[in-house]
Amino acid sequence: MTIDRFGGGMLALLALFTIEETWRLRLPMGNLQSPGPAYMPVLLAMLLLVFGVLVAAMGGRAARVAEVGWSEWRHAMMILVVIAFIALTLERLGYRITIAVALAFMIGVLERRSIVTAAVFALVFAAGSFYLFETLLRVPLPRSPWGI
Amino acid sequence: MLETIQNLALGFSVALSPPVLLYAFVGCVVGTLVGVLPGVGPLAGISLLLPATFGLNATNAIVMLAGIYYGAMYGGSTTSILMRIPGEAASVMTCIDGYAMARKGRAGAALAIAAVGSYVAGTVAVILLMFLAPPLAAFALRFGPPEYFALLLLGLLVLAYMSGGSMLKGIAMAAFGLLLGMIGIDQMTGYFRFAYGVVELGDGIGVVPVAVGLFGVAEILATAGQETPPAVMKPKLRELLPSKQEWRESAAPIGRGTILGFLIGIVPGSAHIISSFVSYAVERKLSKTPEEFGRGAVAGVAGPESANNSATAGAFVPMLALGVPSGPIPAVMLAAMMVHGVAPGPMLIKQQPELFWGFIASMYVGNVVLLILNLPLVGLFVNVLRVPYPLLYPAILAFSVLGVYAVNGSVVDVWIMMVMGGVGYVLRKLDFETAPVVLGVVLAPMLEMALRQSLAMSDGHYGIFVHRPISATLLSVGAVLVLLALRPLVTKTLDWRARMALAEKGEG
Repeated sequence: MTIDRFGGGMLALLALFTIEETWRLRLPMGNLQSPGPAYMPVLLAMLLLVFGVLVAAMGGRAARVAEVGWSEWRHAMMILVVIAFIALTLERLGYRITIAVALAFMIGVLERRSIVTAAVFALVFAAGSFYLFETLLRVPLPRSPWGI
Repeated sequence: MLETIQNLALGFSVALSPPVLLYAFVGCVVGTLVGVLPGVGPLAGISLLLPATFGLNATNAIVMLAGIYYGAMYGGSTTSILMRIPGEAASVMTCIDGYAMARKGRAGAALAIAAVGSYVAGTVAVILLMFLAPPLAAFALRFGPPEYFALLLLGLLVLAYMSGGSMLKGIAMAAFGLLLGMIGIDQMTGYFRFAYGVVELGDGIGVVPVAVGLFGVAEILATAGQETPPAVMKPKLRELLPSKQEWRESAAPIGRGTILGFLIGIVPGSAHIISSFVSYAVERKLSKTPEEFGRGAVAGVAGPESANNSATAGAFVPMLALGVPSGPIPAVMLAAMMVHGVAPGPMLIKQQPELFWGFIASMYVGNVVLLILNLPLVGLFVNVLRVPYPLLYPAILAFSVLGVYAVNGSVVDVWIMMVMGGVGYVLRKLDFETAPVVLGVVLAPMLEMALRQSLAMSDGHYGIFVHRPISATLLSVGAVLVLLALRPLVTKTLDWRARMALAEKGEG
């Protein structure tokens, strides 16, 4: 499987999914003269389908998926998990606690720096950026139920 | 002419007063920092700092926000050149050749060319803004929905055409971006599209989380886990002087970028982003050595950097003269002016000449401040990037979260950023360009609205796009681009795109 075949195939699947969802959500299609809300999404999905298929069809000589270096994928997944943690807890635990925990985890666990470095950097960054944006610049940032 | 000079003198009397000068300086410094920090672009920066101006008078507030805007345009080039992470979307094109120059040991020269190009373009564009605003605004007024549709379509075709490698992949990515832009309430009928009950998606997917995800987060995902993380180039002050050859190579692209950027800037759309893309495409087409693009071509830095700064000033033309924002950033600026009790439009110049001309003059002052900041003090800004990467990327990630969250105060945007980061990571691995996705998201609602308004105007006749001279011309240019892209298939020859692909594989 080459990267173009895989990528083109995924785009074609996304296009088919969009068309199916447009139908399932019963969005009015309208007509050529008076397009409805589903007209443009379906038009674009068909364009994506055509180009996805073309990319896949003409991509036989591209590099193979396995040849692309994926060595860092576990690390990348962990970072995505950290962002998901931030999104889940930002408005529950507040900016400072969330960012401090996330930074400490990334530096201490993912990057294997010393606990002291991780803790100091995380706390100083979380408190400092909160002070700068929330206190000095009055940008509203979420606080925890305990006011932190 | 005499009246303009008198007005400008009035403007300078305002702009050079200590408080205004101070806020222009603060705006430029903060803007440069905002531009330097990947993931916190001018839109997020202005939105973040808008509440901080509530305590200021209107002139100081507008001058400071404008300083942040064009400071971010200058500063965005720094991370693009030194780390291949665009500080803001308009710097995407600078990443390509700026970073390649840095890898060849010409980081300082690339930064200097970007700064000088930005200065020249910014200054010339303000002069153009001052003298040409009325007739140019009148020309832009002749644009109706068919012309907007043609222009937006042309912008996407230009982008797909200039994308290295495969135009098929470029158009597929543009279609993907446009599809993402379809999420949200249909502006003409009020239908929710693909929102799945998430109220925050009603306004659509914001360009900030998409751009930060596809560029900032995806870059972090791809580089943070590598055994040898990307080195931050550390140019020294003495390395900042470009060679005579580099000056020669940058002069014409700076000139072309300035004019092109200004003209694109006055037309509604994400002008500063489009202008850098178009400038890059133009420079590559005009170059005698297009295969050098992507490998450190000076014109690939000078043109787009000049164009995006020129477009920044150009974008103020419809905003100030007509009260019509020409993109998301001018829209935020417009909102900021209204918060401060200023109503932009034709009456602004007559009713509040101190504010209007003070603003114009402050742009001259700001450009000088930014040149000073971007050349001798570049080392100071770069120090931010000299923090070890295992400490730097978590901080960038935190700033990205902060910037993305603060625009709307919504964690949904953080989720979008996360998803787009993952998508961007996979797309990079599969050798797809992600810039067309960002442009697609921005242009989708405008494109759809322009199409449907045009059809409403013409009772459903598509001939409206070819009967109107401006839209016909724009569509013709788009058709020529498609034909140019197809030419190699007919003539069985290699165009610059194929030659570049071969060269990248080491076969050229």
